[in-house]
Amino acid sequence: MHELSIVSSLFEILLERARVEGALRITGVHLKVGKLSGVVPEALETAFEAYKQDTIAEQARLEVEVLPLKVKCQECGWEEVLDSYIFVCPACRSTNLKILQGTELVLERIELEIE
Amino acid sequence: MSEKGIKSKDVIVAADILGSNKKIAAEIRSKLSAGRILSINFMSSPGAGKTMLLEKIAERLKPRFRMAVIEGDIETERDAERIRAKGVPAWQITTGGACHLEAKMVAKILPELPDQLDFLFIENVGNLVCPASYELGESLRGVLLSTPEGDDKPKKYPKAFTTSDCLILSKADLIPYLPFDLDRAKKEALELNPRLKIFVTSAVTGQGLDDLIRYFVESLRDFRHA
Repeated sequence: MHELSIVSSLFEILLERARVEGALRITGVHLKVGKLSGVVPEALETAFEAYKQDTIAEQARLEVEVLPLKVKCQECGWEEVLDSYIFVCPACRSTNLKILQGTELVLERIELEIE
Repeated sequence: MSEKGIKSKDVIVAADILGSNKKIAAEIRSKLSAGRILSINFMSSPGAGKTMLLEKIAERLKPRFRMAVIEGDIETERDAERIRAKGVPAWQITTGGACHLEAKMVAKILPELPDQLDFLFIENVGNLVCPASYELGESLRGVLLSTPEGDDKPKKYPKAFTTSDCLILSKADLIPYLPFDLDRAKKEALELNPRLKIFVTSAVTGQGLDDLIRYFVESLRDFRHA
């Protein structure tokens, strides 16, 4: 359960950006979370709901987009989504795979109200 | 129902939420690199035997190398005291509740480290999930899995295994008494991370410890010649 620490880091970025933009309120927060980020979206939502109280994000909706694990084989060039955690190329059996997507933990977009 | 004069605005941020931790970790990495210090971050569940392994590593490395240890726990100074009893300088970080170490906690201790050092071991808070998301500026990451925990753990807790350089299977002396399938544990760990170096060890009998020490010493040599 490190989601509270993550949400605390999220709010540092969020509130600073809202300040720079001169926002009155934050109404929406969109995250991209990789399947292999080590973060559970539901736990993130619970922590977000607790953290947003008494901030300008009090009314904000949190949207979490989960990104699948995508790899590219460095031997044969096979590029696909991996459904299991078996890091072996289904095409040529090489274990030399590069992770293209799936480890992200990104604050992608925010919706603000400004004057 | 927009209030008068208030507009909504979409802002693309595209910021890594763990970016500030990564930045501090990169600073630690470059300082340790300048000091030619190899750092190793140990992760595992509570009770897998990280501290006892470090005691055994201290006994074997100390005659030939200079080492220090940073201990992470939620509470108490106990682990650092155990390491100091082996004649090795040790610092205790008590997180006061946090389930993992963060780079900023390690950064605070760096100025206190001895000038001349070969190895810095960092024992993370006992937890197989959260520490995996936080880089500490380490050169090597090691995950411990003790045999009583079960051979199915790599697939259940993938990130600790996919981000590690070595897997230390601990308490191997208990295998005869447990339904622990060593081949399955190794196979599933390697499926997650084919580059993982695996050591089957027992801190009680000493099994596998010489190989592990050799791996650390070779890693130090490679690190300094890189």
